[in-house]
Amino acid sequence: MTLFGALGFTTPWLLLGLLALPILWVVLRAVPPAPVRRLFPGVVLLLGLKDEEQVSDRTPWWLLLLRMLAVAAVIVGLAGPILNPDRDAAPVGDRPLLIVMDASWASAGDWRARSEALDGLLSRAARDDRAVALLRLTAPEAPMFQSANALRQRLSGIQPEPWETDTARMESAAARLPDGPFDTYWFSDGLAREGREDMLAALEAAGSVTVYESPQSLYALAPARFVDGNVALTLKRLRPSGEREVVVNAEGRDPAGNPATLATLPMTFADGAVIAEGELSLPAELRARVDRFEVATTQSAGATTLSDDSLRRREVALIAGTENREGLELLSPLHYLQGALEPTADLIDGALSDVLPANPDVIALADVATLGGEAEAVRDWVENGGMLLRFAGPRLAGSDVSRGEEDPLMPVRLRAGGRSVGGAMSWGEPKSLAPFDAESPFFGLDIPEDVTVNAQVMAQPDPTLASRVIAQLSDGTPLVTRKRVGQGQIVLFHVTANAEWSTLPLSGLFVSMLERLAVSSMPAQPEIEELEGTTWQPQMVLDAFGDLRDAGTLPGVSGEALVSDPLGPDLRPGLYAGEDRNLARNVVTADTELRPVTWPDSVPVEGLAGPEETPLAGWLLALAIAMLFADILASLALTGRLRGSRGAPAAAAILAAVLILPGGAEAQESQPTGDDFAIEATAEVTLAHVLTGNENVDEVAAAGLQGLSDTLFYRTSVEPGEPLGVDLENDELAFFPLLYWPVTPDQPTPSGDAYAKLNEYLRSGGMILFDTRDADIAGFGAASPNGRKLQELAEPLDIPPLEPVPQDHVLTRTFYLLQDFPGRYVGRDVWVEAAPPDAELVDGMPFRNLNDNVTPVVIGGNDWASAWAVSDNGQPMLPLGRGFSGERQREIAYRFGVNLVMHVLTGNYKSDQVHVPALLDRLGQ
Amino acid sequence: MTQPLTLRQHSEEEASDLPALLARAEKLAGTVLLGEHGRRRAGLGDDFWQYRPMVAGDSYRNIDWRRSARGDSQFVRDREWQIAQSVLMWVDQAASMRFASSDKVPSKADRARLIALATTILLIRGGERVGLTGWSLPPRGGRPQIMRLAEAFATDTEDDYSAPEARGMLPHARAMFVSDFLGDLDPIEAALTKAADRGVRGVLLQILDPSEEAFPFEGRTVFQSVGGGTRHETLKASDLRGRYLERLAERKDRLDELCRITGWQYECHHTDTPAQSALLWVWRAMDGGKG
Repeated sequence: MTLFGALGFTTPWLLLGLLALPILWVVLRAVPPAPVRRLFPGVVLLLGLKDEEQVSDRTPWWLLLLRMLAVAAVIVGLAGPILNPDRDAAPVGDRPLLIVMDASWASAGDWRARSEALDGLLSRAARDDRAVALLRLTAPEAPMFQSANALRQRLSGIQPEPWETDTARMESAAARLPDGPFDTYWFSDGLAREGREDMLAALEAAGSVTVYESPQSLYALAPARFVDGNVALTLKRLRPSGEREVVVNAEGRDPAGNPATLATLPMTFADGAVIAEGELSLPAELRARVDRFEVATTQSAGATTLSDDSLRRREVALIAGTENREGLELLSPLHYLQGALEPTADLIDGALSDVLPANPDVIALADVATLGGEAEAVRDWVENGGMLLRFAGPRLAGSDVSRGEEDPLMPVRLRAGGRSVGGAMSWGEPKSLAPFDAESPFFGLDIPEDVTVNAQVMAQPDPTLASRVIAQLSDGTPLVTRKRVGQGQIVLFHVTANAEWSTLPLSGLFVSMLERLAVSSMPAQPEIEELEGTTWQPQMVLDAFGDLRDAGTLPGVSGEALVSDPLGPDLRPGLYAGEDRNLARNVVTADTELRPVTWPDSVPVEGLAGPEETPLAGWLLALAIAMLFADILASLALTGRLRGSRGAPAAAAILAAVLILPGGAEAQESQPTGDDFAIEATAEVTLAHVLTGNENVDEVAAAGLQGLSDTLFYRTSVEPGEPLGVDLENDELAFFPLLYWPVTPDQPTPSGDAYAKLNEYLRSGGMILFDTRDADIAGFGAASPNGRKLQELAEPLDIPPLEPVPQDHVLTRTFYLLQDFPGRYVGRDVWVEAAPPDAELVDGMPFRNLNDNVTPVVIGGNDWASAWAVSDNGQPMLPLGRGFSGERQREIAYRFGVNLVMHVLTGNYKSDQVHVPALLDRLGQ
Repeated sequence: MTQPLTLRQHSEEEASDLPALLARAEKLAGTVLLGEHGRRRAGLGDDFWQYRPMVAGDSYRNIDWRRSARGDSQFVRDREWQIAQSVLMWVDQAASMRFASSDKVPSKADRARLIALATTILLIRGGERVGLTGWSLPPRGGRPQIMRLAEAFATDTEDDYSAPEARGMLPHARAMFVSDFLGDLDPIEAALTKAADRGVRGVLLQILDPSEEAFPFEGRTVFQSVGGGTRHETLKASDLRGRYLERLAERKDRLDELCRITGWQYECHHTDTPAQSALLWVWRAMDGGKG
């Protein structure tokens, strides 16, 4: 490639052709334009007139210039000009080449381009016989200089990682840099981060450094938050450029469990802004199904954010045993529960019988002793995964519930009366909470000093009691007990839900405990303290391209690490499951800030600044063609041919040719659509055939129906119009009395909509004539490919039981009296709707009284269309049989067609005609 | 030897033009109202003209007794003067007439035949006798003559240009010459003079194509007569326009002058204007001459 400034040529030697232009100029100038011959009777008046000037026989200079430019454009175009060609700016030389790749999630969006750039780099290095080593900063290994071809073979294995490199990795990479002089080519992801300068300094010390950066915009999607009932999304971009709209998809599963895009949210970056905000309003059911949000156009882990339980607001029904007393808000048994749950859960109020059909996640019963008639329903609900959260209180303590034996809706048996400690009338101090056991779901929660319990209901010691206690007081009496029932659980707080018996509801611990019990969902960003002591198992992890993969056997991580540790090989972004909850760790968090890296001026940066490589050959050749067309028009105009009767059509044709060139394909689609189609189909009785996509079969079918239409026209009072080909997917079928459907083994199976249309058509009195066209080689059935295809095609159709045409079927006598139905082949059976089983031969009647309707389908394999087909001049299109017998067969085939159309159009009229003598008889009397 | 089949095919092709031409001519003739037909004076004829009181000199046998019996005076029944005129037609059938500059205008020959035939139809309806100059088709009346004239008009000749046939002119007949008059002027002048000598007056209808009137040509052009006999090459046709138009005007003036000398009437008709205007002019010119 040769370069001239920003322009390069692939075959520059062709440009020598430009030298021929002056010669061409002289030649063209010497040849005058050819004269026009014109008939002109007034020529006698011209005789003897001389031309005044001799100049105009030369081609005018501007036309010459136009032609020169056209030829020059062709020459330059063929020389392969390329604007801003991809220059070999990679360090030239024979020193080893170190390729450094950031290989982070930010590189994943245009990884293909990077791979190609890397491939080009390696192939050049291979050509120059340079040793190459690769260093990925996200997973640093000691670089080994090896031959470029060896590295090229591993190219497809070089993938980005879904995390960014951090200072530690950067340092370890810097420490492993090989000695000696080498040049560096750095594939940067464009993000500024700590340690880059040190690394750059180390690399520059060893040799020259070239940086590749992608000009593509980098998007990062922060985790979805829940704001005022809407899902709030924040999208960031690396560089502030012009106004731009980016579509964010909410992906999840549809009710059938298939992956689907549940919602889309277009987000608009204002001009110069790096942050776009958007809110998505989704119904709770839909919101709960959303797995992740991702930027539609970018494949990157940063442009994907997983949604965990934080979007899944639980529905909690609150039911109190006592009515609220007005003005005593703080004494209401539900007040503190409401306060704790309101920010993070959807609360439902109402009677238990009203609440249960809504299938809430949690039903909280504050001091409710018996459930009466609803107990059975509540049990079912718990067994199906509901969580019954009960609080004690004076009513529960005073009742006999779960006294003698365990109530199914209580986790433990209770002792009568409960106890009161630390009050004015009792011994002892108010009790505080004991630290939570490791098995307890509350393990790790801090217990504030000021949480004390004055009164509680006491559990009966039972063998199962120990396993059911999940929180206890300092004296070992149970405070919270839990029992699993089916898929659900029943939890009992042995204190009230208000502050009467304890200060627990006043404390933050209460909220945390509810969270741990998954009564309420977590706020978007859990604190380290809340997760202390928990272990989270990765379920699905993200790769750098934003695809979810099964986590496999990756080890679990501790809650603190999950929240605070930077992402890396040990903590991959993805979805982590705790005891009752899921927590997502995303690549981009709410505080992630995208800062573009600024490289010192000494480092050449590729890819970003330079405009893209643009081949110009096509444009130049198109320009040459346009100029040649202009030349044609100008030449015509100059010689006077453009005027008058002959010139105008020619000019119009040229213009039309110019205009049609790009739009030629559109002219093809001139099929009648909409009203035109309807008018064409309904102006006359119109026979139609199904378009199979096989050109030959469609042509024969059309010709066959044409032949049948002609026959009907000549012989009967049915005068059909031109037959039509019908596209099952797009065309309305209701207009046609008869559809001829030739079966080919490779025709496409219609869509569900098309089948719905076909069934509607059959139900409303239409008829389909299926023709497997293989009666010469196969009987009826699945023995041939066509037969199998027919079975496949007809399976979704609403077809009644069939039988071979009986001797007394109305089809045998609607117009002609027929006993067999040959087409091009004389097959045995033609199948129609079966007669009802109770049809009987009545004495004196030649025919049974069969079904009253037109048979919806006629199925056979005799290739009728071929027998009917006529060519344009009205002659039979295809040979049939031999001699007269063949013509006889064709005649019978036509008769069958006539009978068929008559049958469709008149129904069982002919069948009823057997009664005519009787009717006449009656009239006579 | 001409195959009968070919002969028949040719004659049918030829004949197929005739009804069309006739029909068009009939239609065109139908646009002229014959309301003023007749000589508008008393004379020998069949149609009643007026009753007038008997004057001295009228013979008794002329008295209309039925009218006279209603009063005391005698009335004579006058009949309208009707005299059949002979009209001689000449339509140029040379090659130069078979020219049309575009598809939108008819050829000059077509227009000439149409106008001539329409005039013929009108004249024959008016009771005149119409024929061709020369000896081929002497003037006769009646509808069959229309057919014969139409056939005669429909023939073409191979000459580039042709001169009017001035032989066989009946004295004091009327004549109508239709041509583009682009050929030599001398035979035309001779024919007109000869006609004037015999007391024949008539109309000269020059039919021109719009392109002959406008000369819209440019560039290097070889002009060729329709028959191919004459050609003229120019390098810049647009330069010739002025001089061509000058010559054309000169020729028209000459024709007009000739007509004035010989008592004929001259009109130039272009094929892009309606035939009806030319027909009306011809009709007025014929009628006016007689009046």
